[in-house]
Amino acid sequence: MKGQTRRRLSEWVATLPSFVWLLLLFLLPTLLVFAVTFRPADPYGGIGSGWTLASLLTLVNAHYPAIIWRTIWLSLVATTLCILLATPMGYYMARINPARRRLVLLLVILPFWTSFLVRIFAWKVLLHPEGFIKHLLMFLGLAGQDTSLLYTTQAVLLVMVYTELPFAILPIYAAAEKFDFRLIEAAQDLGATSLKAFVSTFLPGIRVGLMTAFLMVFIPSLGSYVIPDIVGGPTSEMIGNKIAQRTFVDRNLPNAAALSAVLALAVLVPMIAILTLRRKESPRDVLIEEGV
Amino acid sequence: MSEILEFVDVSKHYGAIKAVDHVSLSVKQGEFFSLLGPSGCGKTTLLRILAGFEQPDTGRVILGGQDVTDLPPYERKVNTIFQSYALFPHLSLWENIAFGLKVAKRPKKEIKEEVDKMLALIQMEDQAWKKPDQISGGQKQRVAIARALINKPRVLLLDEPLAALDLKLRQRMLIELDLFHDEVGITFLYVTHDQGEAMSLSDRIAVMSHGSIEQLGTPAEIYEAPRTSFVAAFIGDTNFFDGIVAGPLQKHSPFGGTRPVPVDKEYSRLIIGDLPDLECYNDKQIKEGERIFLSVRPEKLRISREPPKTAPHLNVIEGTVEDVIYLGAQTKYWVKVGAYRISVIQQHSRFLLDEIPIKWQEHVWLSWHADDGFMLEKYDEQDENLILTPPEEVGETMEDVPIAVAASEEEYRGDSAAEVPVS
Repeated sequence: MKGQTRRRLSEWVATLPSFVWLLLLFLLPTLLVFAVTFRPADPYGGIGSGWTLASLLTLVNAHYPAIIWRTIWLSLVATTLCILLATPMGYYMARINPARRRLVLLLVILPFWTSFLVRIFAWKVLLHPEGFIKHLLMFLGLAGQDTSLLYTTQAVLLVMVYTELPFAILPIYAAAEKFDFRLIEAAQDLGATSLKAFVSTFLPGIRVGLMTAFLMVFIPSLGSYVIPDIVGGPTSEMIGNKIAQRTFVDRNLPNAAALSAVLALAVLVPMIAILTLRRKESPRDVLIEEGV
Repeated sequence: MSEILEFVDVSKHYGAIKAVDHVSLSVKQGEFFSLLGPSGCGKTTLLRILAGFEQPDTGRVILGGQDVTDLPPYERKVNTIFQSYALFPHLSLWENIAFGLKVAKRPKKEIKEEVDKMLALIQMEDQAWKKPDQISGGQKQRVAIARALINKPRVLLLDEPLAALDLKLRQRMLIELDLFHDEVGITFLYVTHDQGEAMSLSDRIAVMSHGSIEQLGTPAEIYEAPRTSFVAAFIGDTNFFDGIVAGPLQKHSPFGGTRPVPVDKEYSRLIIGDLPDLECYNDKQIKEGERIFLSVRPEKLRISREPPKTAPHLNVIEGTVEDVIYLGAQTKYWVKVGAYRISVIQQHSRFLLDEIPIKWQEHVWLSWHADDGFMLEKYDEQDENLILTPPEEVGETMEDVPIAVAASEEEYRGDSAAEVPVS
């Protein structure tokens, strides 16, 4: 009994730093954002005193539904593409020999060694009207002289998938590595074709990795701001751009906070729902997998 | 008896390594057939070739008269019990068992009937909705058997199914497997490195080494008449004496005189280092001057404090007891004779309290009949390492990296598949 208490205590001490970190740098700021929504803006770009619903009312804006819809839609497509690309990749990485696997893993995380901004500007060069990709597409007859690759929704999507792909590959690979590949053989042995065996054993086997990949890609995608700003055009604006505009152009923090709150709720509510569902399934697995 | 399964000259190489080396063998309908051998002998590769997970380099696989060599796994009427069972962890036991029929798109009603029948066979009706991680190892095996048998395979393949279980459970599942085999009448092809399992379950055994079959026969044939020293050492315990064949047995004339007279060409005299000459039945007609191993099983030796009465063809050697291990039903002695440490097993047929047991450091006589020894060709050191290496960890298939030795293929078809009880 005493030993158990002591272990409890040491567990607490061990978790305390990360707990304090999350409290101060995640929970508190989120609550502050929610709070600022109900404050008036002062003329100097700060926050005034008193309480008001004015910012909340600005959400009723004719432009917003289209932008919110585009944000969700683009994020969903990017997430789906990432998972579709990452699943065979995770399968492949789990099956190759360890030496090769280390190399591939290194290649997957290699982009992180370069600044995110630099990489996005690199895409600007690549997609430039006089750039290599444009010329190649023109040579292949897939693009005309006046086709624009940059400043389009497709460009945003492309760069989003490029940026988020490692975040999908890593959790899927981590799940695939633990997968017992004999199950695929067992399914084939019982009469399933290779595809059927893959779908009926591998996908359920890595479902925790798939869910994690979904969250890891979908949530940052919703908050995208730099990518549409740099490679996107006026028709590919996302909520992130609007929040930036409210903050830096309008210098109206409560309005920006209101938009941020909407975005945060849009992320948090489904995530809490998924986590609750998963916790019911098996609490320990979720906690372990969350560490991926 | 019809042949359900045939391997015809099957070979499989991994790079320069011969995993399976020109193996031909046939299995009869309804038979319990075992592939037995140390890790890396090619037995699992052979099984995987039959299941369709590996393509042989040469040769054909004939299943029920049909050439299945080029068919994918899902088109072959065989099912496998995998090492550690490979049950689908995300499906309930019921869904696991139903998997094969569901994939075959059989009507729902039929699936339900068949699965319930299988659950009854394995006596687990009340646990149908549990997940595989909620049941014990023995129950997992039963579910794996049900999941395979529901597809009515022509041959059931078992890949070291008992290796994941502890000893007690293994013994119980051994009996269960035997009962299942009797009940369903399907041909079983059983892969194991455990000679005890193979001996107690099989109608016939193929002992494999270096990708080829060393000997094929009933358990009793293999135990009582091993054809090679590898088989003798791998199946059960044995004592090897390193010696030279020295011509037919000779005996001094009973009428006195010193001139020896040959008595029996069937028996040979063996010169074994610093031991007295020994006699052995020479059924293989091994020639004079050949170097051989004389193999004598520990239980064929008699140990006594007094010199045994002389009798024709009785070998007698003297030594000192180095170790006594009391095992309940029997006692094992280690006796030092010259340079040899000989193991002797004595069954306790009756226990007399006033009998003084043979103890450590006592001087004893060992004796055995010339018929109980075997002259075998010597095996090389690589083989010895194979025999002495403990079986690899469960779940790890070392079959992919067998030790490459071009062993000549020895094929021996047992004429009778009759079951001979193993004592």
